[in-house]
Amino acid sequence: MSKNTIYGIFDCEEVLLSSVKEIRENKIKIIEVYSPFPVHGLDKALGLKETRMAITAFIYGCIGISLASLMIYNIMIIDWAQNIGGKPNFSFYHNMPSFIPVMFECTVLFAAHLMSITYLVRNGLYPGGTSDSPDDRTTDDKFLMVIDVDGDTKLVKDLLLKTGASEINEKDA
Amino acid sequence: MFTITKNAKTLSMALMVVGLIALIFGFYTDAHAAWPSLLFNTYFYLGISVFAVFFIAMQYVSEAAWSIVIKRIPEAIMSFLPVTGIIMLIILISAAMHFGGNHIYHWMEVGIMTEGTENYDEIIAGKEAFLNTTFFLARSVIYILGWIYFSRKLKKLSLDEDKHGGLSYYKSGIKTSAWFMVFFAVTSAIASWDWIMSIDAHWFSTLFGWYVFAEWAAIGFATILLITLYLKRLGHLENVNESHIHDLGKWVFAFSLVWTYMWFSQFMLIWYANIPEEVTYFNARLQDYNIDGDIIPNNYKFLFWFSMIINFIFPIILLMSRDAKRHNSRLILVCIIVLIGHWINAYLLVAPGTLGPHGHIGFTEIGMGLGYFGLFLYIVFNALTKVPLEVKNHPFLEESKQLHT
Repeated sequence: MSKNTIYGIFDCEEVLLSSVKEIRENKIKIIEVYSPFPVHGLDKALGLKETRMAITAFIYGCIGISLASLMIYNIMIIDWAQNIGGKPNFSFYHNMPSFIPVMFECTVLFAAHLMSITYLVRNGLYPGGTSDSPDDRTTDDKFLMVIDVDGDTKLVKDLLLKTGASEINEKDA
Repeated sequence: MFTITKNAKTLSMALMVVGLIALIFGFYTDAHAAWPSLLFNTYFYLGISVFAVFFIAMQYVSEAAWSIVIKRIPEAIMSFLPVTGIIMLIILISAAMHFGGNHIYHWMEVGIMTEGTENYDEIIAGKEAFLNTTFFLARSVIYILGWIYFSRKLKKLSLDEDKHGGLSYYKSGIKTSAWFMVFFAVTSAIASWDWIMSIDAHWFSTLFGWYVFAEWAAIGFATILLITLYLKRLGHLENVNESHIHDLGKWVFAFSLVWTYMWFSQFMLIWYANIPEEVTYFNARLQDYNIDGDIIPNNYKFLFWFSMIINFIFPIILLMSRDAKRHNSRLILVCIIVLIGHWINAYLLVAPGTLGPHGHIGFTEIGMGLGYFGLFLYIVFNALTKVPLEVKNHPFLEESKQLHT
């Protein structure tokens, strides 16, 4: 039996959302959904695993604060201790309050930048990356649902039309 | 409709009795220390109740929808504002009259602004245009009456909306709230300078108003969250779902961090610059006292670091993850920690400047705090019983019920 890929195209995110719910209730596996903007609640409807972005943010923040501590320790204590306002300049611990802004900023910098980069790479949006979307209109005003079907496609197509798809395309694999 | 459980009623009564005993005990044994204790407890609970007004106003002007199902809780907390406001005015007036051993404000001492007298203090005399008793009391009356006026007006609009419906109440609420925001922005800052910062009259901090506001916001959100969870546990507020709790948890988390940010900004700049007129404030909290050669160990040093750590470390560690903000017992734990931490911090705002080396947290302080807590429970819960726990006819009610994050 041949394996077919069906693209159901939707005009409106509300219809898409209810369609996703109904199709999943019928035990049909949705491979991917393309959308021009984030649709609230779609991740839950698709049954996606919860994002691990928060965990990466925490790890990146820890990397940031560690590197900042090492950097400022090296600069201000080991390499070139300076007497600024009579502050204890040979001890990291005693001089800590003046280092906290640096540590705070580096935490934010690392967490924010590395998170953005992770997000982009994870979505395949690195330089030289190509678009996965089978239909360019998903970058404008259409929503697209990808379903793989073994064998008879009629059932899935009917279901898509019933739940509000405005257009159905098919690709033979 | 909410009815006060018997246990809650007994608890609030018992706490009020403890508070009354502490009040009498405090004034009987050492009135000089009892006034600052009353002041910082009043400041703490006044902060919670005026923040509730701010919360309502903030929801109006930002046209927020998520909070509508819990709107009645800050509205009930607002009803504690007149009580704290009046007690605050009593403290301030008696301070101005030097009544009953009230020497909270050093700049009110007789002759401190008259050149040639024994008490004359040049720096304080230079601040006379702002720090004089008449203007001070007039200002305080204006803040408190203004806040009470806005709180009553917002509450009335909410109740009228329940009765008659229509958009006009909502629009009027936005207008009232916008005016309140402007009024509160100015008055909350000046009130914090007047009531708290002027205790250490030689010292000033330009971010003190924000620091106090951040504290009020942290304790205000913690209180709103605790009452929400309490009512939810009793089976009320069926439309409040996990997402509402999550959002309130985010606020507690966020404002704990804002408070720490303010605390540290104030501390770090002064510590770093190390200018005598600025560091006196932290010396009174961190250095041992040296009175005519006698070294008196500082009572506040431990509390100073302790309150800072429990107001910062506990919220950030315990509430960082998404699941934690949806975990009721975790939230209750953090809210109680935050409230206790800020209560200690409120003590530290007042006591070192008024009592110096003699201040300590004892029965008077804790008893008054508990008494206030009992009074707070009694008045706020009574206010909750008088109206339905959920608003009707609010344009965003349905949206609030659908909240999911």
